[in-house]
Amino acid sequence: MSDTTMGKTGTGKSALLSAETMQKAVAFVVLIALIAFFSAFAANFATGANMVGIMQATAVNGVLGVAVTFVIISGGIDLSVGTMMTLTAVMAGIILTNMGMPLPIGIIGAILSGAIMGAISGAIIAKLKIPPFIATLGMMQIARGLALVFSGAKPIYFNDTPNYGLLSPESSISKLIPGVEIPNGVMIMFIVAIIASIVLNRTIIGRMIFALGSNEEAARLSGINVDRWKILTYAICGGICGIAGLIVSSRLNSAQPALGLGYELDAIAAAVIGGTSLAGGRGTVIGTIIGAFIMSVLTNGLRVMGVLEEWKIVVTGVIIIVAVFIDIVLRKRT
Amino acid sequence: MKKTILTSALALGLAMGAAPSFAETYFPIIAKGFSHQFWQAVKAGAEEAAGRNGVTITFEGPNTEAEIDKQTDILNAAIAKNPQGLGFAALDSQAQVPALQKAADAGIPIVAFDSGVDSDLPLTTCTTDNMAAAAAAADGLAKAIGEEGKIAAVIHDQTSATGIGRRDGFLNRIKEAYPKIEVVDVQYANDALKAADNVKAMLQANPDIKGIFASNEGAAVGLAVAIKETGAKIVGVGFDSGKSQKDAINEGTLIGSVTQNPVGIGQCVVDSLAKALKGETLPKVIDTGFYWYDKSNMADPKVAAVLYD
Repeated sequence: MSDTTMGKTGTGKSALLSAETMQKAVAFVVLIALIAFFSAFAANFATGANMVGIMQATAVNGVLGVAVTFVIISGGIDLSVGTMMTLTAVMAGIILTNMGMPLPIGIIGAILSGAIMGAISGAIIAKLKIPPFIATLGMMQIARGLALVFSGAKPIYFNDTPNYGLLSPESSISKLIPGVEIPNGVMIMFIVAIIASIVLNRTIIGRMIFALGSNEEAARLSGINVDRWKILTYAICGGICGIAGLIVSSRLNSAQPALGLGYELDAIAAAVIGGTSLAGGRGTVIGTIIGAFIMSVLTNGLRVMGVLEEWKIVVTGVIIIVAVFIDIVLRKRT
Repeated sequence: MKKTILTSALALGLAMGAAPSFAETYFPIIAKGFSHQFWQAVKAGAEEAAGRNGVTITFEGPNTEAEIDKQTDILNAAIAKNPQGLGFAALDSQAQVPALQKAADAGIPIVAFDSGVDSDLPLTTCTTDNMAAAAAAADGLAKAIGEEGKIAAVIHDQTSATGIGRRDGFLNRIKEAYPKIEVVDVQYANDALKAADNVKAMLQANPDIKGIFASNEGAAVGLAVAIKETGAKIVGVGFDSGKSQKDAINEGTLIGSVTQNPVGIGQCVVDSLAKALKGETLPKVIDTGFYWYDKSNMADPKVAAVLYD
């Protein structure tokens, strides 16, 4: 296979890239195989409505996965993405419902509050030298607590913001191309993924994030302001969580303050299944989106087949381990 | 009887001046959670009764209803404060009995609420009969689909007493009273978003489903979202209240729901503890009641009083 020869003859960097492409390809093949399997064995799986349902079930996890991918590539981890999403949804509720501001301000407010909280996580990690796992574990609780405090532990409804449904359940594209009933939340996920991909691969921000994750010390010695880029990375992650917060609260027409715990693990799983290495320095946004799709196709397919919920959880766990094993095998080869 | 022993132990404690005067009477109330709307309503009821009885309360609970160990920690901390009474909603009906025994040994009267404890330590249990309440939901659903056809249920949790009680109460009632109804699927989902995706998958697998029961507020919100998104012509029945669910019933997305009386549960806990301190005997179980509600009786003052936003 050409990948093998590249691995042997290419430079370190291109070998790494080939493993990355390889795992992305593996993930994609797994996704297609799962879809083919369920289409063959689960009656009613392969319908347009169900495909839309799967996409909609992927949107929140996909966006959170993209958020955490930034951080993981930089060599960190963010356990707060789930509750951060909830906090930003509550912020949108406060701005739109309690303060009666127009929709764009609510959108900016949610994204900005996520970015600020993310930047705080980044600052705690960079300046106080607290390990990312611990710092974001703390932030996970802080965000959860603040979401409850700010909302008075009650859901905030968006009945006074008539266009709020535009952010997730409604399908604007179906008005342009009749028959394509893809909800806006899904379109937003794809747009976020495309922009995130460009930022990671084509901008200095992306180069710095990869540099941090590959070898932080080397980056520091070469004169990069490591702290500043780290803070920016977590801020980007938090801002993207804000987008997830808008999608989830739009779909439920309410900011549910108790929701979000456990979502961080699904997001990390999506990134890992998609080939992002927890060791840092390696990963792609497209891989994460494929990973998120693998998870929701699996969940949906097993449900449509009538497999017990309990077994569905077991299978998801197996998939995560297999994905990481493939990752390790591919890394050894290069 | 244990009750008498407890009361006399307490009276002795009071006589010896071990407990502070009645003006400083303090009851810690330990719930299964606090962020859920339902618990906020229990808290409101407890605070109302505390004001009425001139006692001080605190209302605490773990982050999620799976954290039995955390709840036990909260319980132990509360007992350590030597309160004059204790309200407790056990996450596990057996695991926390040893901790409760400590409270009983110290002469602290215990009132259980929401779900019971497998022991006679609590003087009484203020609770909804979950089996009966879910059976009322089954009746409402059955009536709406003409007592025949396929149905399904989405349950908030497969291990807690309320999850099991409502699931079994619903399923048993269908099995016993409606032979022409077939339950084709029972799924679990602990938040609204997951419930929505779950219900959509269920409808995908069984397009001929005529009705679905959702066993708590989160599940009901998710059910309503799924019905709206798919446009499925099915009968949705919920549990508890909350603004989303009330709106869904008013719009016709859900046809009805069963509400417990969370405010009444909270009042019952504090009132019972106050009565225990006065030496009154309490019944073993106090049923705080439930109501089937739909568009027709939501405004009924008796029902409206127990619905919360």
